[in-house]
Amino acid sequence: MARSDVQLMLDVKAGDEQSFALLLHRYRSPLVNFLYRMVRNREQAEDLAQEVFLRVYRAREEYVPSAKFTTWLFRIATNLALNSVRDTHYQRMEISLDAPVTVDAEEGEEKTLDVAEKHPNIEQHLVEETRKKMIRHAIEKLPEKQRAAVLLHKYQELDYGEIAKILHCSESALKSLLFRAYETLRVELAPLVAQQGKL
Amino acid sequence: MESKILGYIDGRLKEGERREIEKHLAGCAACRLRVNEFRAVSGLLDELPVIEPSPEFDLRVHARVAAEPVKRDWWAAFLPAPRVAFAAAMLLLASVWIGRYSNPSQPQIAQEDIPVLENYDVISNFDPLTELPQPVEVDDAGQQQNSQNPTM
Repeated sequence: MARSDVQLMLDVKAGDEQSFALLLHRYRSPLVNFLYRMVRNREQAEDLAQEVFLRVYRAREEYVPSAKFTTWLFRIATNLALNSVRDTHYQRMEISLDAPVTVDAEEGEEKTLDVAEKHPNIEQHLVEETRKKMIRHAIEKLPEKQRAAVLLHKYQELDYGEIAKILHCSESALKSLLFRAYETLRVELAPLVAQQGKL
Repeated sequence: MESKILGYIDGRLKEGERREIEKHLAGCAACRLRVNEFRAVSGLLDELPVIEPSPEFDLRVHARVAAEPVKRDWWAAFLPAPRVAFAAAMLLLASVWIGRYSNPSQPQIAQEDIPVLENYDVISNFDPLTELPQPVEVDDAGQQQNSQNPTM
């Protein structure tokens, strides 16, 4: 039976380095994805995720399982992400139909492709890419705290209590925050929402 | 409604709350539309692909962890190593034990057992001391003189 996060962390506290490796394996992907969607830069997201794990390791001796491990982990990650977003402006790639299409960082390597070779139906490919771009940009345009709330709620599937603790607010304030975020997304993505409605 | 609409879409509401919302939706077209639109937004968010961390990610984390300085307690600077502390404690214990049990106490000597010195002949007979030679004095030139019978 797999050890719980809290048990693994207590084992790390007791000096078991292997348990730290297990926690790293368990949360590397969720953390990198969350941070990537927060800061919109893959390299920066990985640097921040490394920093999160380092802070977890540094805090091992003082660790007390007073809350869920994920609450603690994503609180560190959210604080780092919010500071990073506030301090830095990141360059964002834009689709230009006049320029050679570049595969987005989310799909793998960032390199120039001859799209016609890879995708027989170039028009469909471009429509899909534009659609993803719209969704990403809509998330990106949300105020930082709303964005963090949506990402933690939608992709990490944390419960309201956990997210409220991570964002230092009440549960009712969180629900209001999420409602406003979904309202903004609904407006930003109106054409796509209408398409979804027809499906 | 605002605070429960997402919970309803996610299926996170309690049974009673869910029934209450469905009852409201049955009579409110605007809220029904909003629920459908939010469902569509939620579906769009699912379309974003998941990225994988780079192959070097774990190695970098482990390298940074390995580079962390070994944390020492502030008090550790003043405390000896456990083996040294144990050895010192044993030494102290041994010293106390030896001092207490292996040094036999001096036997008590009764007052009457002490010999009386005046009974010894060498003390009671002072005759040999009456014929002691005269003390020798040394003058400034370093020559010895007899203080009572000067020869010069």
